[in-house]
Amino acid sequence: MKLITAIIREEMLDQVREALIAAKIERITVCRVSGHGNQKTERVYRGTKVIPNLIPKVRMDIAVNDPLVEITCDTIIDAAGGENPEIGAGKIFITNLEGCIRIRTREQGEQAM
Amino acid sequence: MRKRKTFVSLATFVAVMSVHLTALAEQTKPVDSGATSWMLTSTALVLLMIPGLAMFYGGLVRTKNVMGTMMHSFAAMGIMSVLWVICGYAMSFGSNILGGWFGWNPDYFMLAGIDETIMDAGVPEYVFAMFQGKFAIITPALIAGAFAERVAFKGYCLFIALWGTLVYNPLCHWVWAEDGFLFNMGAAGAIDFAGGTVVHISAGVSGLIAAIILGARRGHPEASMQPNNLVMTMMGAGLLWVGWFGFNAGSSITSGLSTAQALTATQAAAASGALIWLILEGWHQGKATGLGFASGILAGLVAVTPAAGVVKPGGALALGALAAVICYLGISVKNRLGYDDTLDVFGIHGLGGIVGAIFLTFFIRDSWMAEAAAAAGRSWSVTDQLMVQLSAVGIAIVYAGIVTAGIVFLVDKTVGLRASDDEEMSGLDPSYHGERGYGMLNAG
Repeated sequence: MKLITAIIREEMLDQVREALIAAKIERITVCRVSGHGNQKTERVYRGTKVIPNLIPKVRMDIAVNDPLVEITCDTIIDAAGGENPEIGAGKIFITNLEGCIRIRTREQGEQAM
Repeated sequence: MRKRKTFVSLATFVAVMSVHLTALAEQTKPVDSGATSWMLTSTALVLLMIPGLAMFYGGLVRTKNVMGTMMHSFAAMGIMSVLWVICGYAMSFGSNILGGWFGWNPDYFMLAGIDETIMDAGVPEYVFAMFQGKFAIITPALIAGAFAERVAFKGYCLFIALWGTLVYNPLCHWVWAEDGFLFNMGAAGAIDFAGGTVVHISAGVSGLIAAIILGARRGHPEASMQPNNLVMTMMGAGLLWVGWFGFNAGSSITSGLSTAQALTATQAAAASGALIWLILEGWHQGKATGLGFASGILAGLVAVTPAAGVVKPGGALALGALAAVICYLGISVKNRLGYDDTLDVFGIHGLGGIVGAIFLTFFIRDSWMAEAAAAAGRSWSVTDQLMVQLSAVGIAIVYAGIVTAGIVFLVDKTVGLRASDDEEMSGLDPSYHGERGYGMLNAG
């Protein structure tokens, strides 16, 4: 079992989500986060260009069984990068999962995913 | 909104005549400070509706479009005000030209010739011109709700400038100018007290046409698109209700009995519309939503807009309730038909305006019908007036629909009205304004 944490551009959320659903990865958690990266996004406030030092991003957490890790990551990369991925397209972190329990049934491990 | 004739009080009339006889100087008409101060207040109240609309619409879209959507209303304040001063007032309230398509008066160009004019109603013409100008702002701003979340800002700006000039000004001229053909239709004119046809039907129909031509938002209707801030929407609806007192009661262009009648009808219809919507929704969906209440307020207010000058409070209650029922059904049907009138401009303003303009006929106070009969020189029945109302509604629908289709097509082919897929997906705020509506850190 792996936990896939993807940090992507917020405007790519719809595309990534649609692509994941098409790939039958339907259990995801999404939150809005802010962070530092190499990307510099200009914004305009009162006629002055400002480069915010914390850039809003979307973070997706997807827990999957091992056979699905590759397809999940590929789907996210294809959808979030677009045709010509630019700086700021995001990152994916993969971590080992110790366990998983479904609250309703108390199922554990891979079948709870 | 009878421009000059109807609401001149006898006293003012006598005073004006005596001044005319002695001095022949038309600039010395007395200012009726009571009427003028109410008209000034009304002008400000109608302006307040536009930030109210910005909040109402702004709260209903997704977070990434909140600034862009509010800017649709604010941009209208800039564009339409400038156009109104330059040529809008002249086109709307000048004398017939081009066979009565719209009006023109060289004195009204840049409002240059009304610097010292006091109207027969005892109100400086500047006040009347500015009051009317607010209607010219809010009408195109209303349309923006129909194609919210998917129009390019530049294209939108050009669209409202053309729409205001080619749709609003002619309609306003036909319905409210003394020589407008709808103003003179039938015995005493098509009844449109404060803008049922001019504002709401025209905006509603134009919004529907534009929404259909431009197509649905990306992901509609499968993806659920949630309002970003219903609290702001509720505050906006509240401001609209407050501002509507200027919209309707100000349309009497006086401060007297007819003002009070319009004010009462407005309150009654708004309240009954909201209540009926809440009951319908509670019965149909099992929940009484805040957005439903706000929609009911608007449906009631829209329906009473053409009627405020001629119906009694009982009639206003009935019109508000009827509008809520029909708008509620209309929006349910929309969801089945699948076109994307994003914020229900046609569902509320189009249908509500049509309901008000047609069904007001059955609630007209007796004194108005007596005056109409006197003007016609024969008996004037409800059926006679109903025909006039139906014609006016039909003309407004056909004219607004056709010209809007032409403008949408033209703007979309030249500067582009529909946002590109990328711009739409990123949101109007980053794409066109370089801003975010809510805090830069972890925006909700």
